[in-house]
Amino acid sequence: MVLDSEPRTAVDVTGETGTQSFQFQPQNALKAPAGPEVREEPGDVALRAEHVHAYYGQKLAVGDVSMEIYARKITALIGPSGCGKSTYIRCFNRMHEFTPHARVEGHIYLEGTDIYDPNVDATRVRQRIGMVFQKPNPFPTMSIEQNVAAGLRFTNIRNRSEIRDRVETALKQAALWDEVKGDLKKPGIALSGGQQQRLCIARAIAVEPEVVLMDEPCSALDPIATLKIEDLMYGLAERFTIVIVTHNLQQAARVSDWTGFMLAGEDGVGRLVEYRPTQDMFTNPREDRTEAYITGRFG
Amino acid sequence: MTSIVEASDMRRRRRHFIDRTMTGVMVGAAVVGVIPLVLILFYLLKEGIPGLSLSLFTEDPNRPGLPGGGVRNSIVGSAIMVTVATLIGVPIAVGCGIFLSEFGQNRLGTVLRFLVDVLAGIPSITIGLFIYGLMVVTRGEFTGFAGGLALSILFLPIVARITEEMMLLVPRSLREASLALGAPSWMTTLRVVVPTALPGIATGVMLALSRIAGEAAPLLFTALGNQFFSTDLFHAMDALPLRIFVYAVGPYDYWHDQAWAMSLILVTFILVVSLIVRAVIGTRVTVRS
Repeated sequence: MVLDSEPRTAVDVTGETGTQSFQFQPQNALKAPAGPEVREEPGDVALRAEHVHAYYGQKLAVGDVSMEIYARKITALIGPSGCGKSTYIRCFNRMHEFTPHARVEGHIYLEGTDIYDPNVDATRVRQRIGMVFQKPNPFPTMSIEQNVAAGLRFTNIRNRSEIRDRVETALKQAALWDEVKGDLKKPGIALSGGQQQRLCIARAIAVEPEVVLMDEPCSALDPIATLKIEDLMYGLAERFTIVIVTHNLQQAARVSDWTGFMLAGEDGVGRLVEYRPTQDMFTNPREDRTEAYITGRFG
Repeated sequence: MTSIVEASDMRRRRRHFIDRTMTGVMVGAAVVGVIPLVLILFYLLKEGIPGLSLSLFTEDPNRPGLPGGGVRNSIVGSAIMVTVATLIGVPIAVGCGIFLSEFGQNRLGTVLRFLVDVLAGIPSITIGLFIYGLMVVTRGEFTGFAGGLALSILFLPIVARITEEMMLLVPRSLREASLALGAPSWMTTLRVVVPTALPGIATGVMLALSRIAGEAAPLLFTALGNQFFSTDLFHAMDALPLRIFVYAVGPYDYWHDQAWAMSLILVTFILVVSLIVRAVIGTRVTVRS
């Protein structure tokens, strides 16, 4: 179990009882300019979400969530079903708006640029913030190699030797290379479920994003495949910032450095209750609701 | 106690009776539904095989009344016009289907979908008349191209709707995977969704192809028919269904035999296409959603 020391730019997390959502220091938030111009980042924050609201039509699913995601750390989002954690993580690479009638309010800064700025191209955002989904979804018409190379081809990298090198690197990082190096031409969907998910991870990291979002990546897998994916996440965190949504509290405790606990209120709106280093969160939660959840009293 | 057992026993028997009766009715309906097909095939084989000969494929029709000869001109003409219809129809129909599935979830899509359905319902002879007015009257000549064009109009709505259905069958998770890699939506459509739907689209094209191959009505006033061999798209051209019509209502017995033989050829062609389609679907990698 890797529980890192405090991140270099630990934000003061007060988490007072009674507040509905976690608030980082508001003076930071207010400094944010409206335009996509670069502003000074305190080094280690990979993503900064400010007052994110996510809607499905008229229905507010995620209400006013602000948090900072730290670079090259694993951040877990936990919470019971329907608390909006999957919706929220999909805001980070602008996938939420792909759902019909869905929209996002608020700001998410990637290196000082608001990804929700009207001038920002969502496809460019997604090239820098990758995603792994709940169910493994390799492209059925493509071989293992083509699957991993898909993102590179989409972004117009044509050099064959470069593609081959990056496919190999990505498969190694995803701890899949040894199992498939002789079968690169085989279809991606011929692999087992756990291998498919690692293939999807390789596909996501082959384009070398800064951030990899994982939306319950192990919930469709058996325990052994789950462990393999957790193992490789430690290695990935050396190069990538990882945000993982998980139903599995043990998984959050095992893999993450920071944990955010989300909960839907009686109005059905998901909010961030508490966001702290994982060890603190699980040993000494500040909110009663957090404690109730992690000790299994609800959810 | 006993009365309850009796009552439930009665009810059970009643249930079984209804179950057996309804199953019997359904099986009966299925059998009745297949009988015409079996009869047609049987009758076709019986009447068609005597007329079959190699010369049917290699020779052109003799002067009327002189037995012998073949229908090479009709087979080649049919092949040419179906090819023309496919070449015109596939790009338009597939493009239309892709638009309907990927960008048609709005008013424009609804209107277009309705129009495509209306087009599918227009009688084929009306389509023939329309092309007659459009191309034959204005040019003053019946042409194979006009025939192919009429067939392509028949072809279009079938393939457009099948393409749309097949595109919609591609799971959303694949589109999301592609978008999440930073692919723009047009690239997602072309590089991920269309290739995944391709076996289904190809199936639709084959089905539409076998459908138009047997059509006589759209060719009556467009290609007209031609008892001489011709590959010139801009003159009258023969087709199997047209020749079947001419021979079947004609006065000579050997014409009737040849008409049966041609019908057998057509049905065999359609059967072979259907089998190919089934094979394609069978080997097709099923997509896990």
